[in-house]
Amino acid sequence: MLPAITADKLTKRFGDFTAVNQITFEVKKGEIFGFLGANGAGKTTAIRMLNGLSRPTAGKAQVAGFDVYRQTEKIKRRIGYMSQKFSLYEDLTVRENIQFYGGIYGLPLAEIRRQMKQLVAGLGMEPYARNLVKSLPLGWRQKLAFSISIMHNPEIVFLDEPTGGVDPITRRQFWEMIYKAANEGMTVFVTTHYMDEAEYCNRVSIMADGRIAALDTPHALKEQFHATSMNDVFLNLTRPGRQAS
Amino acid sequence: MKQLLIFIRKETYHIFRDKRTLLILLGMPMVQVLLFGFAITNEITNARIAILDQSKGEMSRNIIQRFTASGYFEIDENLQSLSDIERHFRQGKTKLVAVFPPQLEENMKRNVPAKIQLVADATDPNTATTLINYASAIIGRYLQEQSHGQAVPLAINTEVKMLYNPRLKSVYMFVPGVITIILMLMSAMMTSIAITREKELGTMEVLLVSPLRPSTIIIGKVIPYIVLALAMAAIVLLLGAFVFNMPIRGSLVLLIAECVLFVITSLSLGILISTRTETQQVAMLISLMALMLPTILLSGFIFPIESMPKVLQILSNIIPAKWFIIIIKNVMLRGTGFSFIWKETLILLGMAMFFIAASIRNFKIRLA
Amino acid sequence: MSNQFAIDIQGVSKRYGKDVQALDEVSLQVRPGELFGLIGPDGAGKTTLIRILATLLLADEGQATVDGWDVRKDYKQIRRNVGYMPGRFSLYQDLSVEENLTFFATIFGTTIRENYDLIRDIYGQLEPFRTRKAGKLSGGMKQKLALSCALIHKPSVLFLDEPTTGVDAVSRHEFWEMLQRLRQKGITILVSTPYMDEASLCERVALIQKGRILSIDTPANIVGSFDKPLLAIRTDDMYRLINDLRQFESTHSAYPFGDYVHLALDGPIWAEAVHAYLVGKEHTGIEIKPAEVTIEDSFMELMSKE
Repeated sequence: MLPAITADKLTKRFGDFTAVNQITFEVKKGEIFGFLGANGAGKTTAIRMLNGLSRPTAGKAQVAGFDVYRQTEKIKRRIGYMSQKFSLYEDLTVRENIQFYGGIYGLPLAEIRRQMKQLVAGLGMEPYARNLVKSLPLGWRQKLAFSISIMHNPEIVFLDEPTGGVDPITRRQFWEMIYKAANEGMTVFVTTHYMDEAEYCNRVSIMADGRIAALDTPHALKEQFHATSMNDVFLNLTRPGRQAS
Repeated sequence: MKQLLIFIRKETYHIFRDKRTLLILLGMPMVQVLLFGFAITNEITNARIAILDQSKGEMSRNIIQRFTASGYFEIDENLQSLSDIERHFRQGKTKLVAVFPPQLEENMKRNVPAKIQLVADATDPNTATTLINYASAIIGRYLQEQSHGQAVPLAINTEVKMLYNPRLKSVYMFVPGVITIILMLMSAMMTSIAITREKELGTMEVLLVSPLRPSTIIIGKVIPYIVLALAMAAIVLLLGAFVFNMPIRGSLVLLIAECVLFVITSLSLGILISTRTETQQVAMLISLMALMLPTILLSGFIFPIESMPKVLQILSNIIPAKWFIIIIKNVMLRGTGFSFIWKETLILLGMAMFFIAASIRNFKIRLA
Repeated sequence: MSNQFAIDIQGVSKRYGKDVQALDEVSLQVRPGELFGLIGPDGAGKTTLIRILATLLLADEGQATVDGWDVRKDYKQIRRNVGYMPGRFSLYQDLSVEENLTFFATIFGTTIRENYDLIRDIYGQLEPFRTRKAGKLSGGMKQKLALSCALIHKPSVLFLDEPTTGVDAVSRHEFWEMLQRLRQKGITILVSTPYMDEASLCERVALIQKGRILSIDTPANIVGSFDKPLLAIRTDDMYRLINDLRQFESTHSAYPFGDYVHLALDGPIWAEAVHAYLVGKEHTGIEIKPAEVTIEDSFMELMSKE
């Protein structure tokens, strides 16, 4: 089976500054992959290259089987994106948001109608379908945003700090939605600042200074660094004067 | 005092570090003056007019000659009868016809009011008014000269304002108006944005949870902008003086002092707006939209207040710009001293104090 | 004015409009010199409560005092004596590090030199960047500058609204180290955070959800009050594992916790019984061990009891 994402010595330079320095990794299909790093470690730049928003300086990468240099339009059709900060229009209703995103991905009207029913029912939000998004509790919004971001059945969905600030129960419900999507074969690419969020991923990579400093399952990383949490692993790896190589 | 000084210093940093906005603030008045001065001027040269001279006397000949000599008019046709007038207008050749009655000279000598008729095509009322004004000014001056300064039964009333603008330069009318509007809108906008920006960025929250008093915040916001607004006023005045040869007949010190007063009034109006708005966008819309129209329409800048309906005339009294236009025209064009404009000055001062007091009262010491 | 608490909140309620009950009869007390955490998700009412204490909002009902001063009547005294760091970065981005600090020192009627001791640890790290504009600082440095500005007048009480939101794990760690040092200097600190794992860094915490306090206690006691057996379980198929565990007859709750599922049980059930159940469901790679209860477990338990 073809990997969902492959990056081979992918590099991005801005003038003299190398934001992303020859990163090489592979994300398997149906995997929940955590992409971590401190502020300024090069995470955002790396993701932009994978999303087709920024042209790499050197190296190779394929997303959903398409080349990030030449086939960015094809990539964009096969990925979904959700960020904690912006995903839904707060002054539109639940239905209008669904119609809008269905529309921009070119789903047929009948399909949008079918999805609308299914999606709203799946979230138990039937009574609120005509309410403005801003009137919904934050946890619901997050779940709705995720459902909408995978409405067009993308091969890979990119999630940016998806559960920051959400109450712990809603957060679990959210992760269960992610597990379900991954279970059905969708690849989930999570970036986050919060190491406890990283614990939920199948594998995580940690970037530091433009390079991938570690890449393994959370379990293996914790063992490797004799740490009890991913937070300790992260501090170990990225703090000045770290012992690990 | 130390608090106020550091606040002013901080505000000054904001102003000078935002180079682009600063450039817009100083560049905009320039563009506006040049636009008003050149493009929107309703000055007229070589307008084609027709003459129906039924008196054929020395007086009508002289007046006609003055028309052509003025450079404003060009005689297009000499009509023969009254019935020609309408035909002539229909053809659209000219905008104005001057009709001299048959017994013009005899009537004049016998002190019977003589009537020179000026007929204008009012489909374009602005041009029509201007042409009539020009023509009647020329006639009026001729009559005055003829009577050697003695009172004569003027055939046509000339407008008083022409007396102070003998060469009928419309730019003289516009420069005071433009200064007023720029100072009003820009000042109100600058301060209303300066405060709402702090609300949007969240820095207001931090200022509130500090011993700073509302009055310190408000005064600290106003002072740096006075300087900036005066720089704008200077730009407009210099352009007026050097590009349009606009005179400043009165005292320059008085002029600057009055500008400072008007700027303070406008800045405090901006502060008042900002106490009632939460975002820069709304503040800007209110200071531009809500102030622009009344200021332009009711200040006497474009439309004379005397010819407005009574209600609007009364309403115009609350427009600060109205009083400042009176002041600035007096100082710049008539060269009058303070004794002539103390009333208007006092009204502006009252308004400024009212706005500042209202701002301090309205200033929310807590979040909404 | 006699009040042994640095912060005393009695039955404070606050509504926004008709529908939003931001705070519902909240009462809590913070002792002088305590590092007190307000833990809860976004929208729980943390910011509203801190703003009421910082005299930025008025409560609809109830009373609150800070350092013995009433938040409504004596707001001027409170504003002189507390430090406040809002959730959003709220310094002047176009002013340099030093200009910002000087500004805040002066409006509080003091100077950087006078209170340098208090901020030495924090500001010291920023001094090499003294002339850099605040807007050009990294997230962690902005946070240190904001903290320095909030401390520059030597406040007796410090309010920090979600200081660690949006900053990376390294800066977060450093920030908590700074708070521990400030506590040793006797400053009362009330800090809010949506991150449950930060609770253990406070002396006492209030868990807050939907405007109501779920529990106030030391982190150890909150964790200790979780009274159900708790197992950590993992198998090769997490998604199916969660669903299967929810079907298990003795299950009280089953929630994913990182790469494990935390299973709380009704009554004493042997791990072997769970193991046998999962084998019956054809799970492979089964690992079962007793789980260490976390604040999150407790929070969820308290939430579901509400």
